[in-house]
Amino acid sequence: MLAHIPILIVVLPLVIAPVCLLFRSPEISKLLATIVSLFCVVGSLFLLDITFSGTIINYELGAWEPPWGIEYKIGLLGALIATIVSIIGFACVVFSITYNKHEIHEERSNKFYALLLLCLSGLLGMIMTNDIFNLFVFLEISSLSSYALVASSQKPKALWAAYRYLIAGTIGATFILLSIGMLYMMTGTLNMDDISSRLPDVHSSATTQAAFAFLTVGLSLKVALFPLHFWLPGAYTYAPSPISAFLAGTTTKVSLYVFIKFFFSLFGTELTFNEINFEYIMGPLSAAAIILASLSAIYQTNIKRMLAYSSIAQLGYMTLGISMATKEGLSASIIHLTQHAFAKSALFLALGCVIFKLGSANLDNLKGLGRRMPITTAAIIVGGLSMIGIPLTGGFISKWYLIQAAMGADLWLYAVTIVLGSVLALVYVGRVVELAFFKSSDEQLQLGEAPIALQAPVWLLLIANIYLGIFPDSIISVARYIAEGLF
Amino acid sequence: MQIFNIASEINYYWGVIILMMIGFYIVIGHSNLIKKLVGLSIFQSAIFIFFILMSKVDGGTAPILAEEYNIYSNPLPHVLILTAIVVSIATTSLALALVVRIREEFKTIDEKAILEINDDEF
Amino acid sequence: MILTAQTHLLIVFLLPFIGALLIYLFGKTESIRNLIVITSAALLPVFMLSLAYRFLEGEILGLVLLPFLENTNIGFNIEPIGLLFACIVSVLWPFTALYSSQYMQENGYENLVRFFSWFSISIGCALGVAFSNNLITLFIFYELLSLCTYPLVAHKQDSQSKAKARIYLAILLGTSLALFLPAIIWTWTATGTLEFTPGGILAGKVSETNCIILLLLFLLGVSKVAMMPVHKWLPSAMVAPTPISALLHAVAVVKAGAFTIIKITTYIFGFNLLASMQTEWLIYLTCITLVLASYIALLQDNLKLRLAYSTISQLSYITLGALLAHPLALAGAIFHLVAHAFGKIILFFAAGAISTKTSIKRVSQMDGIGKIMPWTMGCFAIGAVSMIGIPPFSGFISKWYLLQGAISSTQYVAVIALVIGTLLNTAYFVPVLYSAFFKELKEDLPIAEDKNKAPGMIIAIVFAAAVTILLFFFPNIIIDNINALTSMLT
Repeated sequence: MLAHIPILIVVLPLVIAPVCLLFRSPEISKLLATIVSLFCVVGSLFLLDITFSGTIINYELGAWEPPWGIEYKIGLLGALIATIVSIIGFACVVFSITYNKHEIHEERSNKFYALLLLCLSGLLGMIMTNDIFNLFVFLEISSLSSYALVASSQKPKALWAAYRYLIAGTIGATFILLSIGMLYMMTGTLNMDDISSRLPDVHSSATTQAAFAFLTVGLSLKVALFPLHFWLPGAYTYAPSPISAFLAGTTTKVSLYVFIKFFFSLFGTELTFNEINFEYIMGPLSAAAIILASLSAIYQTNIKRMLAYSSIAQLGYMTLGISMATKEGLSASIIHLTQHAFAKSALFLALGCVIFKLGSANLDNLKGLGRRMPITTAAIIVGGLSMIGIPLTGGFISKWYLIQAAMGADLWLYAVTIVLGSVLALVYVGRVVELAFFKSSDEQLQLGEAPIALQAPVWLLLIANIYLGIFPDSIISVARYIAEGLF
Repeated sequence: MQIFNIASEINYYWGVIILMMIGFYIVIGHSNLIKKLVGLSIFQSAIFIFFILMSKVDGGTAPILAEEYNIYSNPLPHVLILTAIVVSIATTSLALALVVRIREEFKTIDEKAILEINDDEF
Repeated sequence: MILTAQTHLLIVFLLPFIGALLIYLFGKTESIRNLIVITSAALLPVFMLSLAYRFLEGEILGLVLLPFLENTNIGFNIEPIGLLFACIVSVLWPFTALYSSQYMQENGYENLVRFFSWFSISIGCALGVAFSNNLITLFIFYELLSLCTYPLVAHKQDSQSKAKARIYLAILLGTSLALFLPAIIWTWTATGTLEFTPGGILAGKVSETNCIILLLLFLLGVSKVAMMPVHKWLPSAMVAPTPISALLHAVAVVKAGAFTIIKITTYIFGFNLLASMQTEWLIYLTCITLVLASYIALLQDNLKLRLAYSTISQLSYITLGALLAHPLALAGAIFHLVAHAFGKIILFFAAGAISTKTSIKRVSQMDGIGKIMPWTMGCFAIGAVSMIGIPPFSGFISKWYLLQGAISSTQYVAVIALVIGTLLNTAYFVPVLYSAFFKELKEDLPIAEDKNKAPGMIIAIVFAAAVTILLFFFPNIIIDNINALTSMLT
């Protein structure tokens, strides 16, 4: 049974999703969702344990040999991302059990959980697979379910945001499909390892370069790289809070993982960095993302929107790390990916607690929050400190390594950009902290903390982030090992 | 017969490009939500045609094993496209459901009008 | 009971944090809170001084808390300068605790549990800075110090506090993230280590011009040492209640900055490297801060603001001493670290006592105060004269060493700046003393007759004044320490 874990953590949510639909009562679907997501957490931790020592797991679907059969290949990076996705998925499911009363009709609960499980399955499948078309299929599974999830609160703005997200996401996925077709045309196989061994023979052909270009544009839409980020603020703001948290921590990160996999294993560093010189495009765009998105975040009045722009900026850091074209840059990206997923999801969930108690996440509602909801405020402050990069949070470690990688590669402008991003983050986080700490008028502020069932997932994710900040050696060695392997 | 000779000389990949760009333009250029979906559909169809085009092997016959033939067209892209078509159907139906709901909530399906109502988007 | 060196060190470090926890848990009633605060504060110098004794006996006191960032760690290591700084903080903390418990009560402040908990935690962070064995540990506690003092600066929670506290945190965190952190990472990238090593770690690793840039980044990035133009946080922090201004912004926070600069110049750059660098422009920058801040102090009527700008100027003396790269100058800088701490705290304590008793905040209203508050103003006078640098007060010794160091290293601009600075010091302190003692009380003085004598505050002030005088007559405690240090470094 243990040997089938890679396929089980993908298939089980996929199969249980329609089962959720069979039952009318919301309790059963909540229970099923919790059990399945917990299973995924356990399964991915198990995979992490195996791959930690360096083994790569190859699993053949249906015992058909690759490259004719579909193969699942999990290395350390895959196991790491799978763990992050499952833990965040589990936290969001637990959160949504109590929260959904607020935004989702009880009678639609079973559909909500079916979609959430489908999304989780799609994401895990994207991570596990070694076949490019299988990747596309799972990409679409996760994307479609996330479009529906964004619209699940049925508010008008959510519907519009979901529509925009759908258009943007479908265009992106279609570009990826086109690039998959071109790669198949040039190499005759769909297996990633096979393609990477055959590609060097044909890599000067225009088709390969076109495949690279289409893939990049498609994935950039999914990763919300500037300037293809326009769908993200709407989607994250108007989705229900557990979904914002889930999407913020997983979908873009998994797309980034696909980016890394394609650039470093499939196309190879030769092609990507030496021939196409891709870092000259991705680097400036990432820098622009960091600065412009952070600046936009400062002017928002809706805190969820502010966090969405902050996410775009933080994704800019990750792509900046990749575009440094060095091992240090790549490992810094991986560290940033890990700690940001936990911190951002925790922040969205903490805001969810605020929305649950106070109705909305506008700046006005935050006044005096420190008095009314002290534990939630503490969570928001800790998450904010991680965004800025204060020591003892995960954000400090990743900022340190990003700046070090930039300095080591003599990319001083990138180092300045990273530092500037931190200072801008200080401004928009400081605004929230200030509001929470000072009360506006003399109205009596009642202590009305959110229930424990909502607090627990927040602190679970925050503790993961702080753990990375105080005991960073494990994630650093993991990131270094992965970067060595990929270069 | 003449027409088949001419037909086999054309580079159909140009058709793919043209269709793709038409579809893409419609998505961006039109403000009616349904028309955008039509454009998206055309865009996706262009990609499907691309895959099908590449699967034809010169001198190949239909991919059914038979003794007299030894060159077959490639069936794999057809399989891939079937999957992709199913995905595209799901996407279109989800999008149409969204449009129906948007019409209910906003009373319009024109993008410009909706952006005016939602003044915080750009 | 014999404690191992490690345990002893750990106890000293953790004591303020434990105190903060106890205050948070049990501090609702005033009497219990005061008891916890003063007891935990009083225990600190006991343990600290015994630790100091052990160090001077020759024991090595080092402790690695946890490994961090691949080949460095978060840990402590006692060396002379850090020991001195820690002793200052721990000796002054109980007296400040005594002073503030009375002050906050007399002036009717609320939220005292929060106040004293964060105050105690800030002391702990300052100790962390003092004990740190490498730049990363120092940076971590340095940032934590900025964060933990924010609730204290913003204590009153009115709109003015909010605005000033915003400037405070923005400048401190902004400069440390934008300048200090990159400088640390640059050092790490160039040398592969961040450990404080006698003789410095940068020699030969970084080019000449880059060394100057790096030093400039450190000087401006460590904004707690209030070099102009990143000094604005200090006057803004005066919106805090006076005990905070006294301990944190005359002793702990600013001294953490000055201490950091001394540590960086001696243990990261090293005497020899510093002497060979063309540090003229940096010295000029320091001299400008010295003179300009004194001048601005002259123009201030608000007593706390005048003292704030005086502090900025006095910190430049320390920075100047560190930059001159001469043993005598360094001795002057370190001695001034001590002398200024005690001297300035008297001045702030006195300002607080005056404003409590009479609600006077401005210098122009202080005519004749000396007649109704003789002990307070007497000590104020001692502090002021020590800052000017006249014997028999400890400020004289540090100024003497600094001047000697400046002359020996032929930095005549520094000499001129020191002289002008002293003249300006006189100009902004002596008139205050004159009007306090020799002029008549103003008629419409809002003296609160019903305020108690507040003995705690007086005791604190007198103690600090006594140390100021004592240090003049017994400077060897510190001078021997410094000599041992400089011989180790050169």
